[in-house]
Amino acid sequence: MEILQFEFIRNSLIAAVLVNVACGIVGSYIVIKRITFISGGISHTAFGGVGLGHLLGINPVLTALPFSVLAGILIGILSKKTKVNEDTAIGMLWVVGMALGIIFINLTAGYAPDLFGYLFGSILTVTPFDLYMMLCLNLVIILMTVLFFREFLFICFDEEFSTVVGVPATILYFALLCLISLSVVILIRVVGVILVIGLLTIPAVISRGFTHNIKKLMLLSIVIGISLTVGGLFLSYMVDLACGPTIILVLGGAFLVSLLFRRIKVLREGHVPKES
Amino acid sequence: MEEIISLKDIWVYFDSVVVLQNINLTVREGEFLGIIGPNGGGKTTLLKVILGLIRPAQGEVKVFGKDPAKARGLIGYVPQYSFFDLSFPISVFDTVLMGRYQGILKRYSIEDKKAVTDALKAVDMWELKDEPIGQLSGGQRQRVFLARAIARQPKLLLLDEPTTSIDPQIQESFYKMLLELKKKMAIVMVTHDISAVSVYVDKVACLNRELFYHGSKNKILEELKRTYTCPIDLITHGIIHKFPQGHEKDGNSSV
Repeated sequence: MEILQFEFIRNSLIAAVLVNVACGIVGSYIVIKRITFISGGISHTAFGGVGLGHLLGINPVLTALPFSVLAGILIGILSKKTKVNEDTAIGMLWVVGMALGIIFINLTAGYAPDLFGYLFGSILTVTPFDLYMMLCLNLVIILMTVLFFREFLFICFDEEFSTVVGVPATILYFALLCLISLSVVILIRVVGVILVIGLLTIPAVISRGFTHNIKKLMLLSIVIGISLTVGGLFLSYMVDLACGPTIILVLGGAFLVSLLFRRIKVLREGHVPKES
Repeated sequence: MEEIISLKDIWVYFDSVVVLQNINLTVREGEFLGIIGPNGGGKTTLLKVILGLIRPAQGEVKVFGKDPAKARGLIGYVPQYSFFDLSFPISVFDTVLMGRYQGILKRYSIEDKKAVTDALKAVDMWELKDEPIGQLSGGQRQRVFLARAIARQPKLLLLDEPTTSIDPQIQESFYKMLLELKKKMAIVMVTHDISAVSVYVDKVACLNRELFYHGSKNKILEELKRTYTCPIDLITHGIIHKFPQGHEKDGNSSV
């Protein structure tokens, strides 16, 4: 374990824990509400904020935050309006955000920053400032989830029925999208905008095969997420590959293995879920 | 008797398409109304108007004499899930607890939990209270959704196609439960099931954008048989063979 003596490795490990707390909680909601595409839209639109940060010469995470929240709210409005084709509208925002980000970076005078770092992440370069930021955003996510735990679950289950029993469903839907926006900001440093969706959803997708309880789903997602992120990190160190993509590949591989496990479990128990 | 639902000259449009046209409907205390009609005829929309989820472009909706959104506390609702996520992480008990939701930060009381217990026992699902909802059969799940609606101890129960994809034998027990509930609340049920309408409900509304019949079921059944003035294919939705051949007064005429 000689690599643990490097400060950047220690920071990366702390980052791995922090991002996966956000991912386990928010990713569970994304998976059970089936809003992966919406989340993808938010993360890619947030890239515009990263570019803006470069242009203005401030920490891109600081500009990505309002951009990401704005993207979440805009996409929320688009997804609520049945009149526009939701998919197309989100796709549009998605590419416009990306294009803006690249244009902003192009406009930046002098030194061209490492685009790759924001597209695919660089967990090895997280700074203590990034870690504090992640910690704060995590606290917001945890606080919101504790406060509105039932409501978030209800609106994932059925927004219309939630409204009937008195849940302010639309407001909470937007709150949920804002939580996704916050997680995206936490994640940009680690896996980059393009791979955010992987870390957000794959641990929850894997965990869903093993529990029918939302709290356990979140906890299991966090544990699985941390293990696989750290695993991916060490693997990328050993084989000398970019760490963001390596982490995602490890997650993808773990998902396939989990499918196999579930198959075997189903065959052993001779029990297949009933008709839909 | 007290008017529970009162719809006057309701018009609903989706974009520029008329979905509900000039609907007038009254439901009184103790009534069991069956709403029949073709798919896309506006049945679900009508329920959502009663729930205040869809606001009509024109007309007046009163539920318990109030604006429908304010009357929701008195309404139990069993929606139709055409698609259901079997892996959704929630137990039967927690699903029914949804019906007792009181507001943000208001925890469930002992009374709420007792209401859930009673509702689950009433629909005979108490033994399965800890099961994940996705592990149930279609009929069991439907009973859980019924329990969720009645856990609110409503005075009006709205059901949207409650027996689609349930076996006929189980359907019968489901309808018997509704007859029990009818003693405590008015019921409005949207359905395709003409035989159920002929046996269990008191009144029928025949909806295809317009409400073109609204009244006692015996009259409509007679009328259907005698004159076919009502487009019978529309209301039976091609399941005309299920239509009772015998007389319509009692309960042994189904399928």
